[in-house]
Amino acid sequence: MRHILYRLKDRYHLGTPVFQRDDLCFVTVKRFELRAILTELRDVEGFTHLTLLTAVDWIEEQQFQLTYMVNNRVANLTLALRVMLDREDATGDTIHDLWPTAATYQRELREMFGITFPGSPRVDEEFILEGWTDLPPYRRDFDTLAYSQQTYNDRPGRVTHDPKTHMQKTLYADYPKGAK
Amino acid sequence: MFSFKPDRSQYPAPGPDGKIEVDLETGKYLKLWHGPNHPGITGNMSVELTVCGDEVVEGKTHVGYLHRGFEKLMERRTFIQVFPIVCRVCVPEPDFNEYCYAAAVEELAGIEVPEMANWIRTLILEMGRFNSYMMAMGGISGALGLGVVGQWMTYTRDIMLDRFEELTGARIYHMFILPGGVRAHLPEGFEGRMEEVLQTAETYLADAEKLMFHSSVFKTRTQGVGVIDPALFETYGVTGPNARAGGVAKDVRKDSPYLVYDQLDFTVHTETASDIYARTLVRFKDLHETIQLIRQILKKMPKEGEVMTNLPNVLHWKIPRGETYIKGESSRGEYGYYLVTDGTGYPRRVNVRGPSYTHAMALLEHLIPGTNISDIAALMVSLHTYPPEIER
Repeated sequence: MRHILYRLKDRYHLGTPVFQRDDLCFVTVKRFELRAILTELRDVEGFTHLTLLTAVDWIEEQQFQLTYMVNNRVANLTLALRVMLDREDATGDTIHDLWPTAATYQRELREMFGITFPGSPRVDEEFILEGWTDLPPYRRDFDTLAYSQQTYNDRPGRVTHDPKTHMQKTLYADYPKGAK
Repeated sequence: MFSFKPDRSQYPAPGPDGKIEVDLETGKYLKLWHGPNHPGITGNMSVELTVCGDEVVEGKTHVGYLHRGFEKLMERRTFIQVFPIVCRVCVPEPDFNEYCYAAAVEELAGIEVPEMANWIRTLILEMGRFNSYMMAMGGISGALGLGVVGQWMTYTRDIMLDRFEELTGARIYHMFILPGGVRAHLPEGFEGRMEEVLQTAETYLADAEKLMFHSSVFKTRTQGVGVIDPALFETYGVTGPNARAGGVAKDVRKDSPYLVYDQLDFTVHTETASDIYARTLVRFKDLHETIQLIRQILKKMPKEGEVMTNLPNVLHWKIPRGETYIKGESSRGEYGYYLVTDGTGYPRRVNVRGPSYTHAMALLEHLIPGTNISDIAALMVSLHTYPPEIER
């Protein structure tokens, strides 16, 4: 894995790689170089399998992290490329021409995180949600609890306990000491 | 013998993108919804078909009927509270979710799992694979009119669920594998009762083999139908039995062994035709392999030892910032969990990579055009997809 990263580092701006395991490495790349790196990994280095494409919302840093995980099935190596996007202008570059399955991932990211991928097939079609007009629900600032309370009514006479407080009271009544 | 030769003389010429422009006003085409409530569909999903006579011109997969926002719900729960959710991502084979999530948490939190727990985890995963394959065999035979095989397989799965109930206390969602190990040891006399189940299964499978693989009707309807070109395997992310049926001898259990798979002997079966028949045959052989693996695990596993390691107080459990990806070979292909932590007591992001995500969306939509409408159910079931993995 390291020699592949050395080769890439000669020509691209790579962040500090994090070797989670011998066969799994995470590295941050620049958005404008992503396509070239993915193409090289696929065509030259044997990373032919797109394992997943997903996003992480780092709302405190006003950024989205796109994670492109590619796998070399012969050498059993997995490389995850992180691309940081500005949260206010969440636009990614489509890779559906490299892997047709990416179109599905991008369609989901468009719906769930509001990240657009111009040129991706059917990217604006509804995927899972139907007639959704609220904030993209997988963003961190979408409050699931508030949404449920506004959208659905509680059945009369029903009591809901916060699981954390309830479990703490039930199992650890005297924690912290003196609380009882 | 009937042969399917569609009359394409009336078809409009394809556009530059190779797709046919469908104009419903011409009366040549009909939109047909296959699902979400249909015996020939795998779970709660639907395929919007455009048909011209008997031939399907276009198919679009629609999901969302089961969406409960699992990945989002996990972000609001502590690491241990996520547990009752993960197994619900896949109904017929829930244990993979438990294992992948537990292993991801353990890796990021630096927890070692006792040897005995790894053996029991492997046993549970193989029992889950047995159930999932049973559903797949029943599903494919049902889609082709062999309903009796479906009943046999359902019965066999049911007696395996009895063993699950005995071991974990639950039949469908077991919540037995959790960070740090598993909940309990095997009950007294478990091996003997499991052997009875396996022998019963083998009897029914011998009958099913005659009814399916030696039947001319089954062969006619599956051989040469729904062929996946092996060139598509990489571009469409095809894994598991769907890829093995096209000659790709890849299995995560062999290639990157996890748990105790490096101490077990098993064969990765492949076929070359890559059609519905080949995919079903690979699953059938894998099912026998699973039966042998369960016997092997029960024979080789240690008889005593700790099954759970000491965990920190799970109500105040914080895991340092990091990210990882854990994968395993489920009955449908590569199953994985991508977990991101941020140093708090809650996961920052959990992403489930289910094999159905690629098989039931891009791949199925690619395979459908040109298929006879009566083969759609068999094609779909032969990909062995479970919709909850798509809309986690």
